[in-house]
Amino acid sequence: MPLAASLCPQAGRERSPRSARVRGGTAPEADRMAASFLFSQFMGGLTAAMFLFLIASGLSLVFGVMRVLNFAHGSFYMLGAYLAWQAVQWLQPAPERFWPAALFAALGVAALGAIVERCLLRYLYGREELYQLLFTYALVLILGDAAKFVWGTTQLSVSRPPLLAGGIAVFDTIVPVYNLFIMIVGPAIAVAGWLVLSRTGAGRMVRAASQDREMLDALGANVGGIYTGMFVVSSFLAGLSGALVTPIQSIVPGMDVEIIVQAFIVVVIGGLGSFWGTFWGSVIYGQVLSFGILIFPGFSLFSVFALMVVILVIRPWGLFGRPL
Amino acid sequence: MIRRRAALARHIPWTLLIFLVLIWVPWLGSRYDTFLATQIAIQALFAVSLNLLLGTTGLVSFGHVAYFGVGAYVCAILMKTYGMPFVVAFPAAGIGAAVFALVAGFFCVRLTKIYFAMLTLAFSQIVWAICFKWNEVTGGDQGLPDIPYPDLDWMAAVPGLADLRLSDRFYLLTLLLVAVSLAVLRQITHSPFGRMLTTIRDNPERAAFIGLNVRAYELAAFVVAGAFAGLAGALFGIFNRGVFADYVFWSKSAEVMIMTILGGMDYFWGPPVGTLALVWLNQQTTSYTEYWPFVLGTLLIVLLYAFPGGIVGGLAAAFRLARRRIVRGDA
Repeated sequence: MPLAASLCPQAGRERSPRSARVRGGTAPEADRMAASFLFSQFMGGLTAAMFLFLIASGLSLVFGVMRVLNFAHGSFYMLGAYLAWQAVQWLQPAPERFWPAALFAALGVAALGAIVERCLLRYLYGREELYQLLFTYALVLILGDAAKFVWGTTQLSVSRPPLLAGGIAVFDTIVPVYNLFIMIVGPAIAVAGWLVLSRTGAGRMVRAASQDREMLDALGANVGGIYTGMFVVSSFLAGLSGALVTPIQSIVPGMDVEIIVQAFIVVVIGGLGSFWGTFWGSVIYGQVLSFGILIFPGFSLFSVFALMVVILVIRPWGLFGRPL
Repeated sequence: MIRRRAALARHIPWTLLIFLVLIWVPWLGSRYDTFLATQIAIQALFAVSLNLLLGTTGLVSFGHVAYFGVGAYVCAILMKTYGMPFVVAFPAAGIGAAVFALVAGFFCVRLTKIYFAMLTLAFSQIVWAICFKWNEVTGGDQGLPDIPYPDLDWMAAVPGLADLRLSDRFYLLTLLLVAVSLAVLRQITHSPFGRMLTTIRDNPERAAFIGLNVRAYELAAFVVAGAFAGLAGALFGIFNRGVFADYVFWSKSAEVMIMTILGGMDYFWGPPVGTLALVWLNQQTTSYTEYWPFVLGTLLIVLLYAFPGGIVGGLAAAFRLARRRIVRGDA
């Protein structure tokens, strides 16, 4: 089940909004119930969107700068979730152990990303994209099995950090505080990423590398270092999002191949390589999935893939990207 | 001397000989060998159909499993739900896959490189979503189990085949159909049309300059590849005694791509060799460990870095090197 579907309160049951409207007795009460129902769908979609943005932002960065479509990004995300669970077990007695565990997971995955880029991936930059695709797919196979080997196939879960347990009632709907936290983290990372890319010297170098690698190289910049740095940042974001998803979703094998397709959809909608595009792509994706369930029950998955096809056919560079 | 021997070797119809040897598998091998041989034959056809895009035309399709799946579902639905004979369902599978490939390919060939790969992936996931959710027709996540075997009683009339098991007869039918399909694909690859596809792969701009309608050629290759993938899918559904939505998940596209690369995508017979190697390796590995994907991933990385030409490419290079040494030694 896709992330958004599992976060939407009505997703599992897939019942139509009409039934919610009929049950409420008097007219004003029925309206209020319908409004609260729509609101909860909206919030579910938004939470899923912010999670997907955390994951997809790293994917989009790597594609934007290196033109590598990284299938292993989903595996990094899964590894982040497993590492966070592991760290929580190690830190058993501490009360707020979730936060150091999440940081540990993100740093661990970032280190793995550094090793992969330095030792293997950089030798493939000059080759056809087929080889790069297959290389990242090989990583999917290896990391997926490694996770199975270390952590087994049983579902694992992490409890919510005590600071963010509980929920707040909004429009008769209880919104978990943790979801609200994610809705703040997502935009915060978007703004931070945008500031770094557009206002700092390092960001200028990254933008230059994405526009003309050879020229930057000729000017004496360390392009190899920029590539490694981008890959590490992207892995860090993947690991962090994997760690942050653990309080909401159980950790299972197979979450890697499932999330990567959703992340692809998001970056394609927004525009491969466009940072804000990925943000709005996530928002659109979350809402389409969340309300698609109401309009075509059972075919919401179809609707998001159809959206991806339509965008690729009309504007292959996405809603917010520019042609390569 | 060496040259003359090489010329002689070229006149031996190797493919016909291999086909004649493969016919004897049900008699010479065990029941399990026949099972494996059937699987290899079907997947080899699937891999060769992908290679028409990947190796011949240079199109990186990451959703080729969609056409395999459409073929499998069309054949299964016609045979199981509507009780149609195999003679009708099998060509219908190819036609259904070709029609879908025509629709999807119409949009896909407009894009290049990574966007082409993404769009083919998106179309294949659409097929997956439909197969996974359309319970009334595709059986949803339960799939379509218990697909009947084709009626193979007529084989009893052929002398020598009367006492064969049904699965052995199905192997012979599969071998025949795959051999014919491969022969057709080989003719296509070596026809002027196939040469044009190779020209497009090597230099699409120049191909357009000399007046080729690049998109039309690519679309034609896409449809042909889709049709043969559909035929392979139809056979696979019957062989596997069921069709399930898992078949159409995007990771299956990567698997068949690995088979193609492992064998060598620059050679027509590369993909079948890769299929044979991979299925054999799978059998060997799974008897020791359950971590087959780990082995496959490691193998793939070694392949990408050390032998990008695949098995056939590596053998051909070694053979050329050896012959050059011998010829030099003679002179």
